[in-house]
Amino acid sequence: MSDHIATKKTYIVVWASLMCLTAATAGSSYLELGRFNIILALVIATCKAMLVALIFMGVKYISQKMTWVVIVAGLFWLFILLALSMTDYISRSWA
Amino acid sequence: MSDSSPALATHNRDLQHHFTTMEQQKDASVMGMWVFLVTEIMFFGGMFAGYMIYRYQYYDAWVEGSQHMDFWWGTINTAVLLCSSLTMALGVRASQLGRRRLTAMFLLITILFGLGFLGIKGIEYHGHWVDQQFPGTNFHFLGPNPRQVELFFSFYWAMTGFHALHVLIGICLVAYIAYHSWRGAYGPDYHNPVENVGLYWHFVDIVWIYLYPLLYLISHKHVSG
Amino acid sequence: MTTSAVPIRERENYLNKEYGIKSWLLTTDHKRIALLYLMSITFFFFIGGFFALLIRLELLTPAGDLVQADTYNKLFTMHGQVMVFFFLIPAVPAVLGNFLIPIMIGAKDLAFPRINLLSWYIFILGSALMLYTILTGGVDTGWTFYTPLSTEFLTTKVVAAAMAIFIVGFSSILTGLNFIVTIHRMRAPGLTWSRLPLFVWANYATSIIFVLGTPVLAISLALVGLERVFHLGIFNPKLGGDPLLFQHLFWFYSHPAVYVMILPGMGVVSEIVACFSRKRLFGYKFMALAVIAIAVLGFLVWAHHMFVAGISLYAALVFSLFSYMVAVPSAIKVFNWTATLYKGSISYTTPMLYAFGFIGLFTMGGMTGLFVAALGIDVHVTDTYFIIAHFHYIMVGGMVMAYLGGMHFWWPKISGRMYPEGWGKLAALIIFIGFNLTFFPQFILGYMGMPRRYWQYSPEFQVLNVLSTAGASILAVGYLLPMLYFLWSMRYGKLADDNPWGAAGLEWMTSSPPTTSNFDEIPTVTWEAYNYDQLKEVPVERQ
Repeated sequence: MSDHIATKKTYIVVWASLMCLTAATAGSSYLELGRFNIILALVIATCKAMLVALIFMGVKYISQKMTWVVIVAGLFWLFILLALSMTDYISRSWA
Repeated sequence: MSDSSPALATHNRDLQHHFTTMEQQKDASVMGMWVFLVTEIMFFGGMFAGYMIYRYQYYDAWVEGSQHMDFWWGTINTAVLLCSSLTMALGVRASQLGRRRLTAMFLLITILFGLGFLGIKGIEYHGHWVDQQFPGTNFHFLGPNPRQVELFFSFYWAMTGFHALHVLIGICLVAYIAYHSWRGAYGPDYHNPVENVGLYWHFVDIVWIYLYPLLYLISHKHVSG
Repeated sequence: MTTSAVPIRERENYLNKEYGIKSWLLTTDHKRIALLYLMSITFFFFIGGFFALLIRLELLTPAGDLVQADTYNKLFTMHGQVMVFFFLIPAVPAVLGNFLIPIMIGAKDLAFPRINLLSWYIFILGSALMLYTILTGGVDTGWTFYTPLSTEFLTTKVVAAAMAIFIVGFSSILTGLNFIVTIHRMRAPGLTWSRLPLFVWANYATSIIFVLGTPVLAISLALVGLERVFHLGIFNPKLGGDPLLFQHLFWFYSHPAVYVMILPGMGVVSEIVACFSRKRLFGYKFMALAVIAIAVLGFLVWAHHMFVAGISLYAALVFSLFSYMVAVPSAIKVFNWTATLYKGSISYTTPMLYAFGFIGLFTMGGMTGLFVAALGIDVHVTDTYFIIAHFHYIMVGGMVMAYLGGMHFWWPKISGRMYPEGWGKLAALIIFIGFNLTFFPQFILGYMGMPRRYWQYSPEFQVLNVLSTAGASILAVGYLLPMLYFLWSMRYGKLADDNPWGAAGLEWMTSSPPTTSNFDEIPTVTWEAYNYDQLKEVPVERQ
C-alpha cells in the first residue's frame, strides 16, 4: 500500500476552512438562538474535527477499513457513556 | 512509495524481525496508534460526560462561568493550534517525500505554535488565579450561583489542564522526531514515527476544537440571579 | 514429534537462550514477559490472599476482636484492590495471553514487543506504589473509592492507591492494544478469523474492554486525586457536585472489568474442554460471537451497581433490562461447553477437572447475577454477603479455576516439564471443596441479612461464618499446592513432549518449550480450529 501524499494546496485550503469555521463559531456565539446555540457550536466543531481527521490525519485516504471501524467504535463508546449516564439525570425528575 | 519488492523488504534496516513485510509493520503501527487514540477519546470522554451532566443541571452557572473566560485568548489559542496542525501535516508530508530538513523545519514550527498555545494558557491561568477563580484553594466569586460556578471552574481547570498536559507531551514527542528526522532516520520507505506523532498532535487539536466552544462560547447573554 | 529423548539443555529454547537478570529484565520476547508477569501476579495473589485470611479470621467471631474497625476497612479494601487490579485482571491475559497468542496465530511475537515490555514496567511501577500504600498505613475507601468518603473524609493513602491503580490501568491498556493489533495484523497465512482458537477470540474481546473501558477508570481516579490534592470539588455535594457522577464513571469501567476477569477464563475453558473431549467445540461461531457480545453488552449494564444509590427508577429499569440481556451469551457458552462434552471421549485430567469446576461454579455465580439484576431482589441483598458470594463464585470459582486449569494445561509448553498429575488432581479437589465451603454459606448469610464490609455481626450469623473461614483455610492449602509442585517440576518434573495432550492448535506444533522466535518458518494454516477428527494426518505446509 503506498502512501497517498496530499498536496500542499489541499492542506492550506483545509487550514483556511478551519480558520473560517473558527471565526464562524466565535461570531455565531453572539447570536441568540437559545438552545440552538450549542447545537450550532457542536455542528461547527464537528465539521472542523472532520476536516482535521479526514485530511490532516489522512483518514479519507486510508485503505484500511479497520481504521474506520476503530474510530467509529471509539466514538460510539463515547456516545454510550454520555447517553446512558444522561438517562439517569434526565429521568430523575420524572414522577 | 511502495514496498512491493520482497527482497528489499527483508533487507530494510527498519523492518523489525517479527514482521514479514514493511507494509505489515506500517499497517500494524498505524492501527496501534489509532487504537491508542481511541483510549484517549474515552479518557477525555469521562470529563466531557461530567461536563454535560452538570451543564444540564446548572445551565445558568455554566453560562456565568463561561462569561468569565477570556474570549479573545481562547479564540486566538484555537487559531494557534489549528496553525500547528497545518505545519504538523506539512511536516508529515515532507517526511513522506524524504525531505528530512524540511520535515525538521515544519516540526520545529509546530513546536513553536505548541509553546505559544501553552504560553497563552499560562497567561489565562495566571489571570484566573489572580481573579481568584481556582476552586477550593483560591476561589472567591461575587456573582450568582457561586458554588456551581466553582464547579464549572473545576471542569475548566481539569479539562484544560489535562489537555495542556497532552500538548506538552506532544511537544516532547515532536521534538524527538524532529531531531531524528534531521539526523536522517526517516525516509519515504519508513516514517511511521512521524505519522504517528502527527496523528497524536491532530487528536489533541480535535480535543481543543470541542473544548473551545464548550468552555468559552456557552452564551454571552447575561444571567440574572 | 516426540523429543523427550533429547535433554532440554541441549536444545535451544526461549528459557536457555540467554541467562542473566538483564536478559530477563530487558527482554522483548513475549514468552519471557509472560513469565515476568507470572511472578508479579503470583506475588500479589499472596498479598491479597493474606488480607483475605485476616478478614476471615476476624469474622470467626461476631465481635470485632481481632482488629479495629478502621483496620478491617483497610483489609477488605486492599484485598479487593490487590486481587482485582494486581492479580485477576492481568492473570490470564498478561501471562497466558502474552505467552500463547503469538504462537497460536503463527507469529514470532506480538505486534509491539517493546510496548509489551513497557506494559510490564508500568505494572511494576504501579505495584511499587501499591506496596508503598500498603506498607505506609493502607487505604480504607473500599475498592470502589466512592466519593465523598474518598475525597473529603479520609486521611489514609487514598491518592497513592488511586495513582497505583491509575498506573496499572495503563499496563492493561497497552496489553489490550497490543493484542488487538496483533490478532488483526499478524495471523499466519490461511489463518482466517473463523479458524482462530477461541482462546484468541476471548482475549480479543477482553482487549476491546481494556482499550475502551480502562481510560474511564483512569479519569475517575485522576479526578479523585485532583479533588483531594487541589480541592477541585467535582464530586463535592456542597458545590452541587454529584457523588453519583463518580459512581457512573467508576462503574462504566468496573463493570466491564468483571468481563475482563472472566472472558479469558472462558477462552481457556474452551481449549481445555475441546482437547479433553477430543472433539471440535460445539457451536464455534456462536462461541466466538458470544464473547464479543459479552464484551459489548457488558458496557451497557454498569448502573446495576447503583440501584440503591439514588439513580432514577427509569434508568434502573433500563440497566436491569440490559443486565438480563448480557446473561444470554454467557448461557450460550455454558450450553455449548456442555454440548461439546456430550458424546466426547472424556479424559479427567487436572485441567479438565478445573474446567468442570469452572462450568458449574460460573453457572451458579452467573445465575445469582440474574437474581440481583432484578430490582426487587437487589434492594434486599445489595451490600450483603449475597453479593460477595455472587462475585466470588464467578471470579474465584470461575476465573481462578480457569486460570489454574490453563496453567496446568499449558505448563508443559511453558516449562518443558510435566507437573505431577496425582498432586494436580488432589489440589483441584481440595480447591473445589474449599471454595464451596468458603462461599456457599455466604449466599445464605447475605440472604439472611448479614451486611458486607462490617467488622462485627449479629451472633446468629456465626455458624455460617465459621464454616466459611474453615473453607478458606482449606482453599489456601489447595492454592499452595500448585505453587509448590510447579516449582518442583521445573527441576524434577518429567520432560514434556511437544504435544503431551494430543491437542489441536499451533502452539502444540512447536517444541516444549518453544524457541525464542516460536517458528523457524511461519506455517500456512489450511485446517479448521479443533480439528480433532483429523489430528493424526494434519497437513502441515510450511513456506
